[in-house]
Amino acid sequence: MTLATATQMAGSLTVHRTGENGTLTLVLAGRLDMNSTGSIWRDTQRVLQEQPTVQVVVEASGVSYCDGAGIALLVKLQQYQASLGSALTISGLQEEFRRLLDIYGQISIVPPTGPHREPVSLVEQVGKAGEGLWHDIQVLLTFAGELALTLVRAARHPHLVRWRDAWLVAEQAGVDGLPIIALIGVLLGLILTFQSAIPMRRFGADLYVANLLGLAMLREMGPLITAIVLAGRSGSAFAAELGTMKIREEINALSTMGIEPVRFLVLPRVLAAVTMTPLLTVFANAFGLIGGAAVMVPLGVPLVTYVNQILSAVTVGDLLGGLFKSLVYGIVVASIGCLRGLQTSTGASAVGRATTSAVVSGIVLIAVVDGIFAVLFYALGL
Amino acid sequence: MPSMLESIIQVRHFTAAHHSATVIDDISFDVYRGEVLVIAGRSGSGKSTVLKHLIGLYQPVAGHILIAGRDIATAEEEERTAILKNIGVTYQMGALFGSMTLLENVRLPLEEYTDLPPEAMHLIVRMKLKLVGLETFMDHVPSELSGGMQKRAAIARAMALDPQILFLDEPSAGLDPITSAELDQLILGLARNLKMTFVIVTHELASIYAIADRVIMLDGQTKKIVATGRPQDLRHTSTNRWVRQFFNREASEEVSG
Repeated sequence: MTLATATQMAGSLTVHRTGENGTLTLVLAGRLDMNSTGSIWRDTQRVLQEQPTVQVVVEASGVSYCDGAGIALLVKLQQYQASLGSALTISGLQEEFRRLLDIYGQISIVPPTGPHREPVSLVEQVGKAGEGLWHDIQVLLTFAGELALTLVRAARHPHLVRWRDAWLVAEQAGVDGLPIIALIGVLLGLILTFQSAIPMRRFGADLYVANLLGLAMLREMGPLITAIVLAGRSGSAFAAELGTMKIREEINALSTMGIEPVRFLVLPRVLAAVTMTPLLTVFANAFGLIGGAAVMVPLGVPLVTYVNQILSAVTVGDLLGGLFKSLVYGIVVASIGCLRGLQTSTGASAVGRATTSAVVSGIVLIAVVDGIFAVLFYALGL
Repeated sequence: MPSMLESIIQVRHFTAAHHSATVIDDISFDVYRGEVLVIAGRSGSGKSTVLKHLIGLYQPVAGHILIAGRDIATAEEEERTAILKNIGVTYQMGALFGSMTLLENVRLPLEEYTDLPPEAMHLIVRMKLKLVGLETFMDHVPSELSGGMQKRAAIARAMALDPQILFLDEPSAGLDPITSAELDQLILGLARNLKMTFVIVTHELASIYAIADRVIMLDGQTKKIVATGRPQDLRHTSTNRWVRQFFNREASEEVSG
């Protein structure tokens, strides 16, 4: 039989009721294959349910071809009749198909037992989530400690750092991220200025929007948007890259070569992110202020006045405080990206989960760290 | 080997290239219905390349590959689907979908290509998994299974639509000798009982001796077929020194000397 015959003579079903005792004869003919068995299956089910019968005969001498689907139909008929305590006779089935029935036929009716997934109670769910969170914090602290030790060791022996990788990551995370930082910076400056200029104008205080924008950008928004963009662009990339290495057992290969993955993979990324985030923040600040100017000048505030107003409002301390924050954000985002990558389990979906988790954890940690800084700066009177 | 030699795959003057470097140079051979054909050769000899052309993943640079009389490379969408429904493929790493259970993995082709009722699909999946000895694992995901089990599950998935031809790429790679032998028995059983045709890429000598009706030996240097025949015959009678070395498991002189 060639493929060409596949379309010939689709399977068919004819039903006869014969004899006084009401023997039901199902005449099967033609090809019982994956294509034609579906409709025959439904027809036989309907016939048997409408006319439950003690004696069913399947007359199969006209079956010219029978694959797994056809055999499944015969097996199903056998099982159905057996479940009713009735008999089923299959007559005229060609020898080669009967052998298939013997090979496939011994399927138990009892469904196999798989791993049982019982519903979990709310208390248990909360407990498990809490346990998971605690475990996560422990892992995070361990990782931070390991990274800190590696950093100290790298400071003593700078040749241990893979500088070429660090430069490459710096380019990808820093230079390549500049356009998006510039765009978001300008837009943020525009929006902040516009939103505050309109209400403050009613009090004749629209000049002070410059003060507001300068402080907000330098102390808060500049570092924050830079860190969030970094989490989205680079934290996710780190997680995906390291996660793929993990599932391809490249991380294990490194470890067995005596090369610590933290020094080899994490350190260059963290160093690159730490140096790039403050630089990107400077750009975010500058573009934010440019965006502000783009609103203020048309509102009638001369550019010189705008600049002077900002210079009078912000101090070098505000700028440096913001940059210091961004430096910490850089460490957090890069570390969590790498950690999530190294924690990847097996399978393609694990890399996806690691990447998502890197971005989400990164943003959550940025918010937490920002909160800590707010309290700290207030306590220190900065 | 079956007594009646009906050619089901014809490869004619087939040439394959990878980035403009010729990998296979003008080879021709047949695969006969019901036989277990092994494509063997050293690493880098183009075995997997031949397989990937046979299953239509790559297009030949020159020549034709006909499966049951149809050229998969030039077939229209509908015809191509018809060919693909009639072949099953397993890949070196199993390539089971990690997010699906075995049941869902094997059911996927049935859902895509047939209108069978869910109950029928379920029964067919169980039949296939039983055939490879994995019926009790149908609710497990692949990562919960051993390497050998994953290979067997991949064969069950490849067989879901009862294809006439099964292509296996390095089925015993990474398996222990016992599991590998069990897999060989499974393949032999399927070939003999279900009259399936197998095209298997492997360089596992034990497997070749156990299952191959015929072996095609590819040579990476000449990029041609250097020998065809029963493995037992090639071992003793081949005029090619390299083929004898392969079947007697001897190192080449550059390496040993």
